[in-house]
Amino acid sequence: MNRLLVSNGLILDPVTQSVKTSNVYIADGNIIAIDHEPVGFEADLSIDATGLIISPGLVDLSARLREPGLEFKADIHSEVTAAASAGITTLCCPPDTDPVIDEPAVVELIHRKAVNASHTKVVTLGALTRGLEGNLLSEMATLKAAGCVGVSNSRRPVANTLILRRAYSYAANFGITVFIEPDEHWLSTGGCAHDGKVATRLGLQGIPVSAETVAISRALELILETGARAHFGRLSSAHGVELIRRAKEQGMTITADVSAHQLFLSEMDINSFNSMCHVLPPLRSQRDMEALREALKDGVIDAICSDHQPHEPDAKQAPFASTQAGISSLETLLPLTLRLVHEQVVPTYTALSLVSTQPAAILGIDAGVLATNRPADICIYDPEQDWQLDTSTMLSRGKNTPFEGWNFQGKVRHTIIDGRLVYTA
Amino acid sequence: MSNKPTRPTDPLIGNDSWNIQLDSNGRLKHFLTIEGLGSDMLTSILDTAESFANVNEQRVKKVPLLRGKTIVNLFFEASTRTRTTFELAAKRLSADILNINISTSATTKGESLLDTLQNLQAMLCDMFIVRHSDSGAAHFIAGNVAPHISVINAGDGRHAHPTQAMLDMFTIRRNKGRDFGGLRVAIVGDLLHSRVARSQIHALNILNTGDVRVIAPKTLLPTDVEDMGVSIYNDLEAGIKDADVIIMLRLQKERMQGAFLPSEHEYYSQYGLTEDRLRVARDDAIVMHPGPINRGVEIESRVADGVRSVILDQVTYGISVRMAVMSMVLGREPEQNATETN
Repeated sequence: MNRLLVSNGLILDPVTQSVKTSNVYIADGNIIAIDHEPVGFEADLSIDATGLIISPGLVDLSARLREPGLEFKADIHSEVTAAASAGITTLCCPPDTDPVIDEPAVVELIHRKAVNASHTKVVTLGALTRGLEGNLLSEMATLKAAGCVGVSNSRRPVANTLILRRAYSYAANFGITVFIEPDEHWLSTGGCAHDGKVATRLGLQGIPVSAETVAISRALELILETGARAHFGRLSSAHGVELIRRAKEQGMTITADVSAHQLFLSEMDINSFNSMCHVLPPLRSQRDMEALREALKDGVIDAICSDHQPHEPDAKQAPFASTQAGISSLETLLPLTLRLVHEQVVPTYTALSLVSTQPAAILGIDAGVLATNRPADICIYDPEQDWQLDTSTMLSRGKNTPFEGWNFQGKVRHTIIDGRLVYTA
Repeated sequence: MSNKPTRPTDPLIGNDSWNIQLDSNGRLKHFLTIEGLGSDMLTSILDTAESFANVNEQRVKKVPLLRGKTIVNLFFEASTRTRTTFELAAKRLSADILNINISTSATTKGESLLDTLQNLQAMLCDMFIVRHSDSGAAHFIAGNVAPHISVINAGDGRHAHPTQAMLDMFTIRRNKGRDFGGLRVAIVGDLLHSRVARSQIHALNILNTGDVRVIAPKTLLPTDVEDMGVSIYNDLEAGIKDADVIIMLRLQKERMQGAFLPSEHEYYSQYGLTEDRLRVARDDAIVMHPGPINRGVEIESRVADGVRSVILDQVTYGISVRMAVMSMVLGREPEQNATETN
């Protein structure tokens, strides 16, 4: 079965910003035609998409799969299955697995398991420093050859700025994008909430905004000097956004993303020690949340990612500071992004572009567009369907989400990856 | 309405989770934090404590209110005074009390807090008195115990120490009368790490205290603390000027390590309460301290032992206040309908 017809759907193309009711013809993994039926095309399988939206499959810039190393939380098979059900056709796995992604064997292991799982495609980031320890350079060229789409030190510190400068310089030498999760370790360590009125009231150790902005400032200076291509991930603060805005205005070719939950939750949601809202970087003030939303409108932020971090139930069953940070968020990436449209933050094209076309460009992969002779990675969703998030029906093994019980509009009905129908609701 | 998420209506009070300390009839089921309680509730605790203060002055200092009840002192963090006064309070109410110190045993063996709780719960007790180094530990425990068990917070991290705050209010009321409206109260010292101060600030504001001030160097003040309803002073003498009540906080020695302060000596020179400095406060000002005191670090011995000091009274009143809270919590009538929020 390698020929697929998706008929009569509303094709929403974020690149051309056009919408039309039409058909998509797929063969051998690629889109071979839109609108006009190719001569002699006989579909092995037809999907009636009447009333449904056909969008590029989602590309998620950051999702922890927990394998290798933390299989008691989740594994590649469980998480790519969940991702596919959420319309995500490619996801990017950060290097902080155990062992970390600092040698080709780990890259190959993850890629092989992902291929075998045969759902969402997985790309990987290699470690910026060996073991993510911040002391020695990783074999970046080797990691790139093994398939890594970039390098990152995730949230682990590189204390020595000279080593960081050389790492950026070395990455620039091979044209490898550096993915930065800005965090000044000494300012954030031990903290579990935004350093503001809620942390003060609850007696939680705060993480100041400067933990983010000091790290961004340091990185920006080194990027300027080394010419590295860099992406800043998981912005959380208005001031952080401002630094990125200024750097872009000065002509720096940097990009940035925000995790979806930062656009809907603030420090107030921690309320009475709700450990589901324990995330890093922390949920910040209402003002920060609004600045992040604004940055989506004017293009300072280029992408929205899930920052998926599935946990076993025990990880969240403890006093707040002792719980593990993170949200299981693959399955709320599209729903929250569509909510931005409903709340009139961004139009539909922009919203879809933020989770498909633009993250694909950041990763430098052939994805995120609906066009002939391009991979048939497609998300088909019902824009009208109302539903409520019930963690018991989530496919991710991590049920840790603060969005339980939220009402959403718009639900994935089919996901096509490389021309194969991998999910149908 | 389908677009609207189900979110807390009032962001500060939130859903009912603050009020897991109240049962369906609005009575105290757990005592976790002062925040979210009304002035009626605080006044009722103070009035009840007043009646127990009389018991404590009798020759036979015991009443049979909680006979047959089992109370567990569950201390994950070392404490002598607080644990002892809870123990004494329980005994004077005729309850059985068990002391368990878990600071080093179970948790270092890898047993989770939840496992520990479930084991203790199996011993069929009625109340846990909990001290823990994590903020929110008492809330967590209250949210996870069997419905018949009540939890009293004896101090969680930097978050709350509500019985200490209530005994402080009791001390103020005994000395300054029932109306807090005209009072100027200054809290001096390490606010950043202090659960006592947080609970005191809530209590003072709920009781409508005229002027609540906090005095500390910037390194020991929590961010946005003014949002809790206090005015900030970085200078001791400006802050305690004309104060009716001065509450000194303990300075932990390890604060030098985190670079919060250069030395005890310099701290004392800037923020230590001395006889000399006390002159700017009102003539009838009282000096309080939750203890244990560091003489020559935050307070001069002459002040600690002087006529203004009510520090030892605080310890005595602590027993009455803890008796009040325990009896109110465990002496409740059964609930009419057992539909509780948690």
